[in-house]
Amino acid sequence: MKNLFKLLYRYHVIFLFVLLQTLTLTMVVTYNSYQRATFFDSSNFFSGTLYDKLSSYTQIFEIRPVNIKMAEENVILRTALNQLLIKASHGNYKAADSIYLPRIAKDSVQKALFRYTTARVVNNSINQQHNFITLNKGRKDGVKPDMGVIANGQVVGLVTNVSENFSTVISLLNSKWKISAKIKRNDYFGSLSWNGKDYRRVQLNEMPYHVPVQNGDTVVTTGYSSSFPEGLTIGTVSDFSIGTGSNFYKIEVMLAADFKNLVVVGLIENKQQNEIKQLESQNKYGN
Amino acid sequence: MVISQLKYVLIFAVSVLLQVLLFNNIVIAKVVSPYVYILFIVLLPFDIPKALMLILAVTLGLTMDLFTNTPGVHASASLLIGFARPLILKLITTRETLESFSSPRVANMGFHWFATYVTILVVTHHLFLFFLEAFTFDGFFLTLLRIALSSALSVILIVLSQFLIFRR
Repeated sequence: MKNLFKLLYRYHVIFLFVLLQTLTLTMVVTYNSYQRATFFDSSNFFSGTLYDKLSSYTQIFEIRPVNIKMAEENVILRTALNQLLIKASHGNYKAADSIYLPRIAKDSVQKALFRYTTARVVNNSINQQHNFITLNKGRKDGVKPDMGVIANGQVVGLVTNVSENFSTVISLLNSKWKISAKIKRNDYFGSLSWNGKDYRRVQLNEMPYHVPVQNGDTVVTTGYSSSFPEGLTIGTVSDFSIGTGSNFYKIEVMLAADFKNLVVVGLIENKQQNEIKQLESQNKYGN
Repeated sequence: MVISQLKYVLIFAVSVLLQVLLFNNIVIAKVVSPYVYILFIVLLPFDIPKALMLILAVTLGLTMDLFTNTPGVHASASLLIGFARPLILKLITTRETLESFSSPRVANMGFHWFATYVTILVVTHHLFLFFLEAFTFDGFFLTLLRIALSSALSVILIVLSQFLIFRR
């Protein structure tokens, strides 16, 4: 026993090193799934607050272009709304006729499975293999895990962890996240992920040979995931080639969203997400 | 004694803040991203107990992980150099030199020695860190390129810091 303690003392540095290294490497390996221990996460109070303070200074310089972009988006939305109103009234009534608005509004509320809110980006990275974004809204503001995140109507990421005042988003620029996506022109779908190389390009995989693909094709969300509605822009096909020894195309997609310049993002809440998830989980256990 | 401990608390804070607020935002040509927070480990005194250094190194790494959403990656890399530092010192310095000075500084050890010392530490750290972060040997040469260029920049920044802020 005495000898054991002697041994332990003699090599205590090496023992401590091996112990700590085992602990840290375990942390790294268990991180394989993106649902990580909430503690190590910039949604925690300590780093969240610091990033929030910092970004409130640095983003002053970025506000102007963001305002312009938002104004443009407003115009587009207004136009779309107007067209919808005209369609809904079958041309019999003037679109702006206030009497008929309630009926139309009620109709569209029933269809509105998705609710939108906005949040400010307080931290964002593009230079790592696994990039995350921190937002200044949390549980208090109704943010929940698995909400979709968009900027100017383009896919940015998915909420993973939520604390009281902050939330973290797994960025599309994270090689551990995949999303299903389709080519808008012909509805063929594949799986979209990032290879960690270029922050402006992601890769669309599992697209078979017989599918007609062209440079410039728009790639959009499929709506198979309950987090995003169908048809949100992801990017455009910038390059495609036939992979050696595989049956699928290698398609490079130029991202529509500018990840280097995210200031305000939109959060999408699917009101039926719980129901969908419950139903889908039954399949998993059923067979 | 207390003052010197306070000084190292300050160095810890400055290293982390510089990294988080400034250098984490620097990406040159999508490849170069310097990690200068290990400045803290570089500057620790020669006579620090090895076990204490391991604990400090892991704390430093975990603090970084907290900010970059990378549980364990920085902790593991900085723990490695915390462990390797005494071995590196033994390799490039004689016992007498270590006993006649208190801590590794350019003023004590000379520019040439300091640059060698920092280079070995930084390269060890970056090699481990970048491969652990990528967690794959896919794109092996791209990762090597990232390591080489990032290490060069980190070494320059850390050595430069000796002439700018941490003179004592």
